[in-house]
Amino acid sequence: MSSGLRNQVGQLARRSVLRTLRQPAQIVPAIVFPLFLLAVNSGGLEDATNLPGFPTDSYLTFVLAVPFIQGALFSVMNSGTDLARDIETGFLNRLALTPLRGAALLSGLLAGAFLLGVVQAVVYLSVGLIAGAELAAGPAGGLVLVILSVCITVAFGTIGLFAALRFGSGEAVQGLFPVFFVFLFLSAMALPLDLLTTDWFHTIASVNPVTYLLEAIRSLLIEGWNIGDLALGFGIAAAIGAIGMFAATRALKTRLVRT
Amino acid sequence: MSDPRPVGASVVARAVAWRSIHNFLTNPAFLVPSLLFPLFFFVSFAGGLAAIANVPGFDFPSGYTAFQFVFVLLQSAAFGGVFTGFAMARDFETGFGRRYMLAAAHRSGIVGGYALAALFRALVTWTVLSAVALVAGMDVGGSAGEIVALYALAVLVNVAATLWSAGVALRVRSIQGGPLMQFPTFLVLFLAPVYVPLDLLSGWIHTIASINPVTALLEAGRGFISGDPVVVGLAFAIGITLSLLFALWAKGGLRSAEAAG
Repeated sequence: MSSGLRNQVGQLARRSVLRTLRQPAQIVPAIVFPLFLLAVNSGGLEDATNLPGFPTDSYLTFVLAVPFIQGALFSVMNSGTDLARDIETGFLNRLALTPLRGAALLSGLLAGAFLLGVVQAVVYLSVGLIAGAELAAGPAGGLVLVILSVCITVAFGTIGLFAALRFGSGEAVQGLFPVFFVFLFLSAMALPLDLLTTDWFHTIASVNPVTYLLEAIRSLLIEGWNIGDLALGFGIAAAIGAIGMFAATRALKTRLVRT
Repeated sequence: MSDPRPVGASVVARAVAWRSIHNFLTNPAFLVPSLLFPLFFFVSFAGGLAAIANVPGFDFPSGYTAFQFVFVLLQSAAFGGVFTGFAMARDFETGFGRRYMLAAAHRSGIVGGYALAALFRALVTWTVLSAVALVAGMDVGGSAGEIVALYALAVLVNVAATLWSAGVALRVRSIQGGPLMQFPTFLVLFLAPVYVPLDLLSGWIHTIASINPVTALLEAGRGFISGDPVVVGLAFAIGITLSLLFALWAKGGLRSAEAAG
């Protein structure tokens, strides 16, 4: 990366991070809401561990993977809403008058999602462990879990950027939230894939990438080191990030031409 | 020239309800989430958690789909009220609510109109939800009277949630009050026996669910759908009491909005 590009990315990243830190309304729900559901679900579904074939005797450990994905979904909203506001207020138009490169703009904007991803992952893991969840892969596994979680959060953040550039409206980005929740709902979120007894649900969950992101996180919590599951999780996060970035780059070009 | 006759609260309510229902039906941004959210919950819970019916001690006679249907029905009843509270808050934020206040001789009709709209909204959602549940093979063990009682319970939940949200909307008069309407409703619903019966819960969630009024509503509703009614009197008493209490809360909100000018 040239020093000019590094400087551009750095300036925008700093703005994105400060913007995230100055908006508790972005950080607090992204942390509190998943933790509330974690508490309710781990209490309400504890008996699921009595099902034959359930992989652990602690439902808390099993369901601890879910907040990481829910938190990542919030990054779609946060990064997308921030960029949409820049479009709505004309800030993007002003940036377009500068020699700023598109890659710098998109990378810099993801810095806020990166920061939020780190905070979320550390909080979720800490709360889970304090509440009694297991971490079979040990401290190194915890580090890998945080890295994987951040990768997922940033990958989902690129979709938020694409949505903002494509639609140019914060309301439209907010409208995507339920759509992304469908992916979580129709995954092996509450029970392992093998225990999804409803055929059509099992089929959908089997092809839903979120299932494999959850399984990668769960492998560290429940099994220890399962390289296959981890590779699949990182691979899917990278693929989502690459597709999102490609789509966002294209949408940025179109939007700049339009303006 | 004679003075125009002041219109009664029912006329105000009908006019406010008509506008709110018209907005709901013609704007996909309002209609689609109202329909999709309960369906997602139903599909996710009834489909994804079907194996929970095999947990030792789970003996609900009508099966897990019916067990979850009752929760999603009551949840959609509550959120029909909350979403209408959002509409009310938005109207007051944009100044439309103030015009209502100036035009209506009987201002209680404004709240009544939003309540009618919330009920209509819930009825649309229940129609779709019930159809999907029946197509999915839900086993209904209750008689026609028991099913009517189940929906009557849902109406009470809808009225209570609408009046709660109206009280917040009239005090805050901004969509920023949305989380204040939504979060307590969400909290009280999910701190009830959502996934398994109360007997199968343990620890802190059992303690909270035991004193949560929504638990009685859920148990009565599940009793109706399985043809084995339980805690019926208690559930209806809770539904009516909550509605009356939140009516007072909404009335206080109306006074607050009037005082604000």
